[in-house]
Amino acid sequence: MANMEYLKAERNESWREELRKSLKNKERIAISRVKMQELDAGYRSHSYDEVNLGLTLEQALREAKRCLDCPDPTCMAGCPVGVNIPKFIKYIECNEILTAAKTLKETSALPAVCGRVCPQEKQCESKCIHLKMKSEAVAIGYLERFAADYERESGSFSIPGLAENNGIKIAVIGSGPAGLSFAGDMAKYGYEVTVFEALHEIGGVLKYGIPEFRLPNDIVDVEISNLQKMGVKFIINCIVGKTISREDLYNEGFKGIFIASGAGLPNFMNIPGENLAGVLSANEYLTRINLMGANREETDTPVFFGKKVAIIGGGNTAMDSVRTARRLGAEKAMIVYRRSEEEMPARVEEIKHAKEEGIVFMNLNNPIQYTGNEKGRIKQMVLQKMELGEPDASGRRKPVEIPGATETIDVDLVVVAVGVSPNPLVPSAFSGLNVSKWGTIIVNQDSLQTDLPEVYAGGDIVRGGATVILAMGDGRKAAAAMHEAIQNQENNHI
Amino acid sequence: MNKIIEKKYLSENVVQLEVEAPLIAKSRKAGHFVIVKVGKYGERVPLTIAAANTQTGTITLVIQQVGKSSRKICSLNKDEYITDLVGPLGKATHIENFGTVVCACGGVGTAPMLPIVEAMKQVGNKVIVVQAARTKNLIILEEEMKRFSDEIVIMTDDGSYGQKGLVTQGVEQVINREKVDLCVTIGPAIMMKFVSLLTKKYDVPTVASLNTIMVDGTGMCGACRVTVGNKTQFVCVDGPEFDAHQVDFDEMMMRLNAYKEYETM
Repeated sequence: MANMEYLKAERNESWREELRKSLKNKERIAISRVKMQELDAGYRSHSYDEVNLGLTLEQALREAKRCLDCPDPTCMAGCPVGVNIPKFIKYIECNEILTAAKTLKETSALPAVCGRVCPQEKQCESKCIHLKMKSEAVAIGYLERFAADYERESGSFSIPGLAENNGIKIAVIGSGPAGLSFAGDMAKYGYEVTVFEALHEIGGVLKYGIPEFRLPNDIVDVEISNLQKMGVKFIINCIVGKTISREDLYNEGFKGIFIASGAGLPNFMNIPGENLAGVLSANEYLTRINLMGANREETDTPVFFGKKVAIIGGGNTAMDSVRTARRLGAEKAMIVYRRSEEEMPARVEEIKHAKEEGIVFMNLNNPIQYTGNEKGRIKQMVLQKMELGEPDASGRRKPVEIPGATETIDVDLVVVAVGVSPNPLVPSAFSGLNVSKWGTIIVNQDSLQTDLPEVYAGGDIVRGGATVILAMGDGRKAAAAMHEAIQNQENNHI
Repeated sequence: MNKIIEKKYLSENVVQLEVEAPLIAKSRKAGHFVIVKVGKYGERVPLTIAAANTQTGTITLVIQQVGKSSRKICSLNKDEYITDLVGPLGKATHIENFGTVVCACGGVGTAPMLPIVEAMKQVGNKVIVVQAARTKNLIILEEEMKRFSDEIVIMTDDGSYGQKGLVTQGVEQVINREKVDLCVTIGPAIMMKFVSLLTKKYDVPTVASLNTIMVDGTGMCGACRVTVGNKTQFVCVDGPEFDAHQVDFDEMMMRLNAYKEYETM
């Protein structure tokens, strides 16, 4: 994605050269990786405050020194949106934090979000040169968050440079990470972008899914207002395919459509008792709290305040749910996962935080039945004990049942977090769209163009259930491809 | 923000609102519903559309005051605004010339039945409405029902209007009198359960429009799930109308009461 020649030219600028000379690589490597300050685990397990507190300026300046400003920055290859990582870190090193933030915004529509929720340990940081030298990776994620937070707190926002308005209207369906990232890039290219959102809040999964103790809603709102300042329009409470049709969009002059409607449909396990009251999908549980504020006194939406809560699953959504249950007063908040901790898809940091907050991990257990009381409320769950067998298609060791080994435990709330499927609501409104048997939209892998030439798609509606940053990467990729296609079309007309 | 153009009390606890929503008025069909949220801290509540006018760009909603959120909606006055309104949601009613259709409704379920009666009549069905309520002044929209149907049978629990008895008795009379090809039922879950049991006995195909708890209304949360023919279905995207004979109404009633103890009245 990145232009290597341009990157090299930038790296050769005199300020970068001087900065590199100011400290020997050996000295840079000798600096130990910064530790993120966190709220005390005892306090935070009862509070909705953000757990990670961010770096201080001193910490950030010191951490920035650890980056060697490599001639071939492999970290960038690990970033789905192609953030110019060495450049922004070197700006931090010379204490030009606002310029560092500006650098981030050249490629990322949501730096304060990415700095918080990206699995950096699997992406940019996993490719850091330090790891080859038996040293810990540069804390790229923490530095990204620092620069974005610093800019926000300073109140002096930079708006990325925009190309001249070309008057071409583009529609985006869904205001989650894929949609926002696409909208940001298209606005930079000079398009008139309108984002249609089904819910009453902008942000998609960033608002309804990820809890505030991991990603405060205010942070998301600031990133959205940046996009608004770039000219992106948002229309809430509007479902394309229901409220307005695809034809309506054409009639209103939209020339391109990007579908980023996400993977909204929660999966259930189809076991006896799963429809008892008190058995919820993680989507429902988290939406009630994150989007509707059901945990707060002033709101009308109710939620179950379970004392003995079981979350089924081992992904980030399961961790978000179990830590939420703990904060809502669960005395025993359990993760029930059919494999072992090693196979858990959740981020290492989330598992660590969960353990510190007193979450009980019941690994190698799989629910097979729920039973209720006379009112139809969940009362107990039957767990099948599992053990690990041979590796399966995913490369992880397959969980197999231990015959006859079951356990019955008391629960008053169960949250099912075993994945999501694409929501057919939007795709079904686009006849001619090629959809897989899993309900994902089939696209050209390079351009993210669908079988309908003016329609592109990205994020979970294509991937089926992935991460914020991969969705954002899709947004950028689709924007670049759509821009190129439209330009070619315009040139052919001349 | 959607402006309220007209407010009318249909009975002591039932309010009819005519709301500005030109896009929904244009795209909605019989059987569709919307999600309504009042105020910043309001709950998202599903309401079936009772009527729409494409000329004025308005839709009609009928709300019964039962809990905090419905009272909040009912307390809105003419020229005030509904904070959030989204739709039309769900699948539209399957309209076809079946022959003779009995529309069995009770309570506030009468309002969403109105567009179905109208659409069924338009394609040539003989439409018989059996409308029930506890007492006379809770019978709503009678004039409108008369206008669109071939016949209307009124049932009241106390006999203060029409015949004394339950909706099921009215439906049974019609079935005993003539061949019924389809029954559509909308009302409280317990009423639909008994209508369904009755029509099953007589082998009359029956469709029930379910009104369950929802949050997003677009398939995202699964709060609305019901068991239909031993399969879990989402009322918001797979429904709201299902083959009544396959619906597990007992489970549905249990799930409707799930949050009762948490509701602040």
